Amino acid sequence: QIDYTGTDPSSPCNKCLNVSWDSTPPCTCTINFTLEHSFESNVFMYYGLSNFYQNHRRYVKSRDDSQLNGDNSSLLNPSKECEPYRTNEDKPIAPCGAIANSMFNDTLELYRIDNDTRIPITLIKKGIAWWTDKNVKFRNPTGDGNNLTALFQGTTKPVNWPKPVYMLDSEPDNNGFINEDFIVWMRTAALPTFRKLYRLIERKDNLQPTLQAGKYSLEIAYNYPVHSFDGRKRMILSTISWMGGKNPFLGIAYITVGSICFFLGVVLLIIHHKYGNRNTSADIPN
Amino acid sequence: INSLFLFFFLQIFAFLALMCLILAIGNGIWEYDKGYYFQVYLPWAEGVNSASYSGFLMFWSYVIILNTVVPISLYVSVEIIRLGNSFYIDWDRKMYYPLNDTPAQARTTTLNEELGQIKYIFSDKTGTLTQNIMCFNKCSINGKSYGDVYDLSGQRIEINEKTEKVDFSYNPLADPKFAFYDHSLVEAVKLNDVPTHRFFRLLSLCHTVMPEEKKEGNLVYQAQSPDEGALVTAARNFGFVFRARTPETITVVEMGETKIYKLLAILDFNNVRKRMSVIVRSPEGDLTLYCKGADTILYELLHSSCDSLKEETTEHLNEFAGEGLRTLVVAYKNLDEDYFQDWIRRHHEASTALEGREDKLSELYEEIEKDLMLLGATAIEDKLQDGVPQTIETLAKANIKIWVLTGDKQETAMNIGYSCNLLYDDMDDVFIIEGSTSDDVLNELRNARKKMKPDSFLDSDENNIQFEKASKNNKILPDEQANGVYGLVITGHSLAYALEGNLELELVRTACMCKVVICCRVTPLQKAQVVELVKKYKKAVTLAIGDGANDVSMIKTAHIGVGISGQEGMQAVLSSDFSFAQFRYLQRLLLVHGRWSYIRMCKFLKYFFYKNFAFTLVHFWYGFFSGFSAQTVYDEWFITLYNLVYTSLPVLGMSLFDQDVDDRWSILFPQLYVPGQQNLYFNKMVFVTCMLQGIYSSLILFFIPYGAMYNTMRSDGKAIADYQSFALMAQTCLLIVVSVQIGLDTSYWTVVNQFFIWGSLSVYFAITFTMYSDGMYLIFTASFPFIGTARNTLSQPNVWLAIFLSITLCVLPVVGFRFLKAQLKPTPSEKVRSLVKSA
Repeated sequence: QIDYTGTDPSSPCNKCLNVSWDSTPPCTCTINFTLEHSFESNVFMYYGLSNFYQNHRRYVKSRDDSQLNGDNSSLLNPSKECEPYRTNEDKPIAPCGAIANSMFNDTLELYRIDNDTRIPITLIKKGIAWWTDKNVKFRNPTGDGNNLTALFQGTTKPVNWPKPVYMLDSEPDNNGFINEDFIVWMRTAALPTFRKLYRLIERKDNLQPTLQAGKYSLEIAYNYPVHSFDGRKRMILSTISWMGGKNPFLGIAYITVGSICFFLGVVLLIIHHKYGNRNTSADIPN
Repeated sequence: INSLFLFFFLQIFAFLALMCLILAIGNGIWEYDKGYYFQVYLPWAEGVNSASYSGFLMFWSYVIILNTVVPISLYVSVEIIRLGNSFYIDWDRKMYYPLNDTPAQARTTTLNEELGQIKYIFSDKTGTLTQNIMCFNKCSINGKSYGDVYDLSGQRIEINEKTEKVDFSYNPLADPKFAFYDHSLVEAVKLNDVPTHRFFRLLSLCHTVMPEEKKEGNLVYQAQSPDEGALVTAARNFGFVFRARTPETITVVEMGETKIYKLLAILDFNNVRKRMSVIVRSPEGDLTLYCKGADTILYELLHSSCDSLKEETTEHLNEFAGEGLRTLVVAYKNLDEDYFQDWIRRHHEASTALEGREDKLSELYEEIEKDLMLLGATAIEDKLQDGVPQTIETLAKANIKIWVLTGDKQETAMNIGYSCNLLYDDMDDVFIIEGSTSDDVLNELRNARKKMKPDSFLDSDENNIQFEKASKNNKILPDEQANGVYGLVITGHSLAYALEGNLELELVRTACMCKVVICCRVTPLQKAQVVELVKKYKKAVTLAIGDGANDVSMIKTAHIGVGISGQEGMQAVLSSDFSFAQFRYLQRLLLVHGRWSYIRMCKFLKYFFYKNFAFTLVHFWYGFFSGFSAQTVYDEWFITLYNLVYTSLPVLGMSLFDQDVDDRWSILFPQLYVPGQQNLYFNKMVFVTCMLQGIYSSLILFFIPYGAMYNTMRSDGKAIADYQSFALMAQTCLLIVVSVQIGLDTSYWTVVNQFFIWGSLSVYFAITFTMYSDGMYLIFTASFPFIGTARNTLSQPNVWLAIFLSITLCVLPVVGFRFLKAQLKPTPSEKVRSLVKSA
């Protein structure tokens, strides 16, 4: 888990702290870190944001599901919920709304440093969204041909975005509304501190761990400003158990509650033995 | 309970306002502190230009979101429950009286649970405690008492089944059902004893009974009052058969000889006169006035020549009354022809007068009804209804105070009191208040109170202190405990004084310390006044029970009126809230139906408040994590359906079928009734408790899913900490927790309960999966944005672990507390339950 917001002046990303959305070329910074233990199984790479209120009521509703589901009329006439990100310069925004507008757009790349050579690690960007979201909830608009540029004609990009929605990715099945980074972002978090799946690192063969212990460097194209509202950005590498992500809460809670139950049970049993018999003799007052 | 509703609603509204205020202030601070800077990604809404204005708007947003704490659907459910419980009363076969095909009837549906809280019962005597089926039992004719049977040695013997009945076979028109045991009376009739003949002639002439002779010799009498019917029937059996009536004549078969009397005037009965007279001309041409009426009245109208007879008769009367018989005195007067002609002329004038007709007539009546010759007295027995003593005993054990209000004589009333266990010899004392001035009454009342609770006159007594402080009107007297079991008997005369002005308080304090109060010789108005008095000074639910028109005012005054559908017409029933045929059903109505209704209503209210609190307060906690933005925790559809579909039926099922112990045990242990009188099951304390429980549950319901989701992932690494998964998890937890809670509250399981609870849960899952399905999303894209959440989230093991954890945590304190309470301080109902189990 690496905080790369860059609030600390010593951080290499400090120079990018006050980056704005449309800075070109992007401010890049590199953070080196060391993995103490190797990751044996598949590794999941997350980005985490803090103090980011994705659960704010006005934020949550600021989207148009019909538009995202490929409805052509909604594409050109987005829902009012999207205000004030509904239209820009008299053109409808696709995708509209505050959620889409604030999409996370840092680019993270991971390198393993082996004797001063940087070996890039393959990051898989597909398969990070729910199947239902990717295949049912989000669909590109339909029309003649598969040319997304044509299909999105008449719309404009969200204000903050550097490029329109049909240029999110080069692969056609990961472009437009069905871009998985976009889908992941659109599934709003329940709490102001959250993490979202960014990339997968698959284990290649059985001989080597997915990520061996050692030095790594994280290269960041820093586009996403969070400093103004005191937000934090993190990159997290994690493996997964059968129970999902690592979260000690349930374990601790179960142990605590279990002990309480046991203790209570003993106490009540004692009380029952002491006083229980007294009541069976029906001393019902008259 | 109704009176508490308003209080609770105000409380809830205040609570709602407080929560909204906190959240609005929170929003103001948040917008100022964070939202202002967060505008990069989320600009303020249009028109909002300051944090405080946003906070103000948010106040109203939260009012809308949190309004579910106010249980609006409560009223509908309450009405359904009351209706259901009324039907139980209507359907109860054990309150059905087969003899005259009368089922119990709940005529209002709003009072069921108050039946479980009765503290005072005001009962009529005639027709309520007694059957109101009169039979002529004894009489005193010309100073000789008839009716008792003596054996050869002159000892009086008890009349029972075997005692030989008088043979009326000499009289072909006799009523075969009539039973009389004293042969000497028949002898006297057969011997043509003049006073005896006159006595029975009077009985056969002086009445307003209508005969009905469908077949020759088969006479049926239609009497307005059962007393009259009994008297005429008696006369008929002794050979003075009232056969037919026209407006001008009365046909009587006297010892087999038909005579037609000319009916010249009827001086009818009313409550003030308490007597009636007829003036007839016999076939021989004699003019006679026959009069019968209450002894106190008639004695003042007698001719001075019958003073000695009066004394003897009084002796007999007291004897009769002491046995609980209803007595009437009969008298006659021979009229002078000229005087009568004059009188009848004036009578005619008076009865056609336009002004003051009533007064003039009664003046004329007074004039002619004097200097009467005493004939004797009749004594009519009114048998107690079945099961009355047992019922009264049971009700007394249930700590219900019984006041009998009757029009009868004091002796009669007291005797009935003894015979139906109201008064008994073990009582420490029975006070009799019969003073005839207001000072006397005051002294008598004070003496009684002094004996019951000597220190209640000290200045240091808390009640006295309280009186001083309390304002002049609207005083509520607390219950006072006497140092023993006492009874109080008060006559109507003294009651009139006691009900006046400053004696009221004295009367209530004294009378309410007694276990039993009997008021005799009271008018219908006084009955109502007594009820009103107790209602005014005591914070207690009162019930009045009666059968006749004279009880109507009392029935209407009391909180709950019960009508006995008996011999005296339907007036009492029509103005009552509940009606049935026999007094003994009262114990079932109160101890079974009333108690159940009360318990059910209390459980219902407790659960209903709890479930709404647990439901709504989760939003409150979420506010702290969502920038106080009025974001709801649950899916909108869940909010809509929660009260309506998911949780309405289980609680209805519980409050329609629940019972702590069954009806037999309820009657066996009348003590179970006491908590209801003190309103122990639902009061402000209980309300606060279920509020706290709701708050606790909502905390668990929010923070367990929070902890379980915080910074975690699905087992395939994908998102689970998203808003929609969180919503689904929280609402599933909530629904299962409230379902488990209703399971804990239910003490009597029926198939319907099981069906409702499991049904509601399965309906929840069915609806959830349907609404979150692909198809629904594709059809109504904008309405069901939760697509796929159910599948993706509920397949995760840690979600179920979290759900199980929240259930455990919500239920644990409740179970623990209940177990402790059952062990250390069991309520009567819990004791009886354990008894039932071991039995």
